[in-house]
Amino acid sequence: MKKLLTGDEAVARGAWEAGVKYASAYPGTPSTEILENLALYKGDILAEWATNEKVAMEAVIGASMVGARTICSQKHVGLNVAADPMFTFAYTGPLGGMVIVTADEPGQHSSQNEQDNRNYARHAKIPMVEPSTAQESKDMVKVAMEISEEYNTPVLFRMTTRVCHSKGIVECGERTEVGVKPYVKDIKKNIPVPAMSRVQRVQVEARTEKLKVYSENTPLNFAEMNSDEIGVIASGVCFNYAKEVFGDSASYLKLGFTYPMPTGKIKEFCSKVKKVYVIEENDPWIEEQVRLLGFECFGKNLFPFNGEMTPDVIRKSVYGKPCDTIETDGSKVVDRPPTLCAGCPHRGFFYEIGKKKNVVIAGDIGCYALAFTEPYNATDWSNCMGSSTGTGHGAQQVFNMLEGDAKKRVVAVHGDSTFFHTAMNGLVNIAYNRSNTITVILDNRITGMTGHQENPVSGYTLQGLETPEIEIAGVVKAMGFKNVMQVDPNDLTAMKYAIDWALANEAEPSVIITRWPCVLKKFSAQDKAEFPEAFKSKSVIDQDKCIGCKSCIKTGCPALSYDAAAKKVSIIRDQCVGCGVCIQTCPPKIQAISKETK
Amino acid sequence: MTKSIMLVGVGGQGTILAAKLLTVALMDAGYDVKMSEIHGMSQRGGSVSSQVRYGKEVHSPVIEEGGADILVAFEKMEAMRWLNYLNPKGKVVVNNWEIKSMPIVTGKVDYPAGIIEELGAKVPTTSIDAAKLATELGNSKVMNVILLGATVKSMGLDTLDWERIIKENVKPALAELNIKALKLGMAQV
Repeated sequence: MKKLLTGDEAVARGAWEAGVKYASAYPGTPSTEILENLALYKGDILAEWATNEKVAMEAVIGASMVGARTICSQKHVGLNVAADPMFTFAYTGPLGGMVIVTADEPGQHSSQNEQDNRNYARHAKIPMVEPSTAQESKDMVKVAMEISEEYNTPVLFRMTTRVCHSKGIVECGERTEVGVKPYVKDIKKNIPVPAMSRVQRVQVEARTEKLKVYSENTPLNFAEMNSDEIGVIASGVCFNYAKEVFGDSASYLKLGFTYPMPTGKIKEFCSKVKKVYVIEENDPWIEEQVRLLGFECFGKNLFPFNGEMTPDVIRKSVYGKPCDTIETDGSKVVDRPPTLCAGCPHRGFFYEIGKKKNVVIAGDIGCYALAFTEPYNATDWSNCMGSSTGTGHGAQQVFNMLEGDAKKRVVAVHGDSTFFHTAMNGLVNIAYNRSNTITVILDNRITGMTGHQENPVSGYTLQGLETPEIEIAGVVKAMGFKNVMQVDPNDLTAMKYAIDWALANEAEPSVIITRWPCVLKKFSAQDKAEFPEAFKSKSVIDQDKCIGCKSCIKTGCPALSYDAAAKKVSIIRDQCVGCGVCIQTCPPKIQAISKETK
Repeated sequence: MTKSIMLVGVGGQGTILAAKLLTVALMDAGYDVKMSEIHGMSQRGGSVSSQVRYGKEVHSPVIEEGGADILVAFEKMEAMRWLNYLNPKGKVVVNNWEIKSMPIVTGKVDYPAGIIEELGAKVPTTSIDAAKLATELGNSKVMNVILLGATVKSMGLDTLDWERIIKENVKPALAELNIKALKLGMAQV
């Protein structure tokens, strides 16, 4: 049966066909849809959102150790979070097959860095496969499961954005039920205290030697000889890009199993062609191996070290120019940066905090990462998931050593899902070490940026089962915070009051929790009961009253539009959801904006 | 020979559904098909593209600069932004529709004037008032399917079994509306 699937959907399909029983992940572009699609195989696979990637990896390790085939998936930076259990599980190894998907982001479409997670394979000493297409994404999961069980190792499954999010035609198969292998306690295998892990360490090296033989023999690594002039070595989507550019005029060594590398096949291929191009995104992972084997090649000396290696990039590098294009001078294009949506509940907070002086804002990862831009100009920095509380605390401690204007208050800002991910660890640190850092948790009742995944505040699991909400305010109070205030962020008076209240307390830390659902969220029964009036009306601007002061424009709402000629602001009716924030920004003497009367 | 269709617009305009219908129809007609799009941050009101490639055997899932046979812009400034992806012998279908980006909303810069004219001076361009047509059909959201109609007509794909494809891939209550929208779009070319 043929289906049009994205790489992510194909991985889920492959895992289902391979008899996977359990899966866990934390959302992260471009990996999110893998677990979302695994969840569709209800009854066969239990798929769960974990609170972070480390917990997901650990859950999957546990499931594997007791005999089930398992898979976890994360974006590249997510694997940093999960690296600790991965490195040691590389020693102890699975019982049921275990695949670790890393979804890397060459080109950084939705990520804070461009790390090349192929390096993790060598670092953790685990085998790696790299699919090029949706079909391979499905097929290779099944192969990876077999490698995992046969060689007693987790397998790294390296994808990139274009493999994850590109659709192709996939020939699908049926599920092979492999059951759960019987669990037998085995401390020599599963407990890595030094006495035992020193033995495991040696076994890992022996395993790598066996995998080198596998790498030479597997059909995942194959040559396609068309020419003895040009030879291209590539893996992943770069193979498709190279084929687009060179077609049948080049020979190819296509690598699908890239750690350990098939050195024999590489030597043979390089000996048969006059000129070798190694085409790969990010690090010279394959190139270094080719050079170690003593062959000259064109790699990062010709192709860029960053970004995607799309056909135009290859063409520019090899031939000096891309295909013919239409000349434009760019004068008719204005930037279109992503913005907080009309009705976004983060708006009220950023509008108010943006007005404060002598405040430094430690940001985090989520939609609120956009608040560094105009018109809020709010956030000072961000780093990784959950980092706002840690970086905020450290900065506050140093500011507290200073005097006068140099002394600033730090506000650490993150969302509900990010709180449970790792920001709560930083909050414990603030409480324990007693800094006066202010923490603002923008609780929009869902994991927003990645497309609305359930989390501990949303009241549901990925399986659609109801589960008690873990109340952030309760957790924070249990940590020892005395000053905790929850506000409706669309009520600017309350929002301003909360910020002033926290700033006024210079001796102790405060926590503000804003609570209002994401405008794009499908409301649960609880949301409907708690927020009955949310997004039910629209706002309008009386054009006769508007004086064009642009106070409302400072909210950065995309539903507002300023007409420079008429010096008036209007509301794009289709976009407005009636959050009412703009109404409160109109000068009291003017009051040009109001709720629409039906 | 692989053909490339580039659909561009602003996050939330429905380029993804249009691309999905297109790919399903092409697979149904026996072509090898690949489609690529970017999810995530750019969806929040940013510039988006969905790229569809079809033929006997498609390698790259992405269209390279100068590689698109047709550029379909759901918003007219986006046509200018992505114009370097169009083959100089290609054509443009553009929705005569403006969505202001934040620098324009705040009044820092004006929305560029004369876009349709400049496009027309460079390449064969079909300008469509999809918003007006969609409103006339009774639902402003079918703007995307009207533009899809114009696209398939422009690429000579109007003979595919679109009624069935739409019925199989759109909510039953909206199928008739979408079929009408597709036909209306075809009639604009």
